[in-house]
Amino acid sequence: MNPAALPEQLRRAWAVAKKDIRLYYAKNSVLIFGVLMPVFLFLAFFMGSRQLPLAFLLPGLVGVTLLFTATAISPAIFSWEGRHGTLERLVSCPVMVEAIVLGDMIASTLFGIGITIITVFIALALALPLLHGITMIASVLLAACCFSAIGMLLSVPPTNEPSTPMMLSFLIKFPLIFISGIFVPLEELPSWGLALADCSPLTYFTDLVRYSFTGEHFFPVIADFLILGVLTLVFTAGTMYLHKRTLPERI
Amino acid sequence: MNAIEASHIRKCFGSVTAVDDVSLGVREGEIFGFLGPNGAGKTTSTRILTGIIPPDSGSAAVLGHDIRTAALLAKQEFGVVPETSNAYVDLTAWQNLMLIGELYGLSRARAARRSSDLLATLGLLERKDQKVYAYSKGMKQRLILAMALIHEPRLLFLDEPTSGLDVQSTQMILAMLREMNREGTTIFLTTHNMEEANRLCHRVAIIRGGRLIAVDAPEKIRTAVESVHRIEVSFDREVAGEALAALPGVTGVTRIGDKWELTAEKKDTVILSLADFSRQNHAAVVTLNTLAPSLDDAFLRLTREASP
Repeated sequence: MNPAALPEQLRRAWAVAKKDIRLYYAKNSVLIFGVLMPVFLFLAFFMGSRQLPLAFLLPGLVGVTLLFTATAISPAIFSWEGRHGTLERLVSCPVMVEAIVLGDMIASTLFGIGITIITVFIALALALPLLHGITMIASVLLAACCFSAIGMLLSVPPTNEPSTPMMLSFLIKFPLIFISGIFVPLEELPSWGLALADCSPLTYFTDLVRYSFTGEHFFPVIADFLILGVLTLVFTAGTMYLHKRTLPERI
Repeated sequence: MNAIEASHIRKCFGSVTAVDDVSLGVREGEIFGFLGPNGAGKTTSTRILTGIIPPDSGSAAVLGHDIRTAALLAKQEFGVVPETSNAYVDLTAWQNLMLIGELYGLSRARAARRSSDLLATLGLLERKDQKVYAYSKGMKQRLILAMALIHEPRLLFLDEPTSGLDVQSTQMILAMLREMNREGTTIFLTTHNMEEANRLCHRVAIIRGGRLIAVDAPEKIRTAVESVHRIEVSFDREVAGEALAALPGVTGVTRIGDKWELTAEKKDTVILSLADFSRQNHAAVVTLNTLAPSLDDAFLRLTREASP
């Protein structure tokens, strides 16, 4: 057996993911910031923006839910593990840092997908038709990977205090919500706002979800997928490279 | 082939040099003790040798694998009980072991078999389904040892494995290490405990301020620090101090109660002279002790001499 072989490392990454699922899904902070926060945020806008139709707001809810849930765990795992002395245990095993990062991303991605599916069903229950199911599935999968990679990127600074990456994560997530066409249609954004929206992966995901539900979209669907795909690759490669560099400083 | 071969490894943290030009070789099948006061560089050295942190310069090969370029191959063959490591306290002992089994690429059946065996040996089998946060420190440490052994490593690194443990857990761990070594496992043991090192290790290295200051068998290190040896002897009848002082190799004689303390540069010469003296004078030897410094004494002296 060659422990450095890709199938072996993928198998070990899955072991890390299973461990994360057991340990972190039921953490209070994950449930509060990953599930309750987007729900209350959406309700606040829903109550205060009665002129916006449900067909516009519900795709936004799906977008916010995926952003919050897929980044609920990933920023803090390294800090939690460093703090409890389990990171050194993990690193002393024949597992590449990239595989550890991938395992954490898988757990984070699955958490995001699981909760987001519920919001999709809520939208369907509220009589919003799903016109493009495959687009919806593909976009949720891709964006969940992208957002969990962003979460992992936020945990790159080598601190073993979990509140630090969580705070950093909120500093980034909230502005993303306001520039990504969640509560304000992209068509109504000023040119500088649109330029900012172009930089947010959430913009492309929300555009795809809106297309899946209503058939309307701001960017070409293929462009949404391409940009999300490229961003996912860049964030994933970036987080793996940076974690490999900063890991010794955590131990 | 040495199990561990480190050559001129060096590691700095900012302006602090934690490990300074350390070279050492650990033979296959030996228990090698790595001793040093707090902050001497023991844990940093161990982390470098186990591929957890990279050295700034120098090289190390573990079980024939370069720890910088083939760390995964090396890690696959050795086990580690890190100093600050912990098990996952929100998982059960069984889940912890199965997780580590997966991380070492073991099949589920083999991981389960090894987990059962190790938990039974270490007295944890009955509590295998209990979450680890309810374990005592000794139980946690035994579990961490089991986690390091699940893949049957040829080499085991242990960083302060018995620090702060109760007697029962300490004895259980030490007995297991002896047994493993008898079966061929090489052991690299970092410890503060001189008595433990003295009783367990074939050779020890002493590190101070990031530099190795001695590498040898504990007994040799103990005696090497004392250039003048002391021998305590008593006979079943009165003997003259002058007669003892005249024996070959004796440099001084002091009366202490019913015993004589002789000083000598070569203790084996004096012991042979005492045997002859006893025969010729019909004075049977009642006690004969060589008062070599303890490993504690040697350690304190060596580390004091090496301090800046």
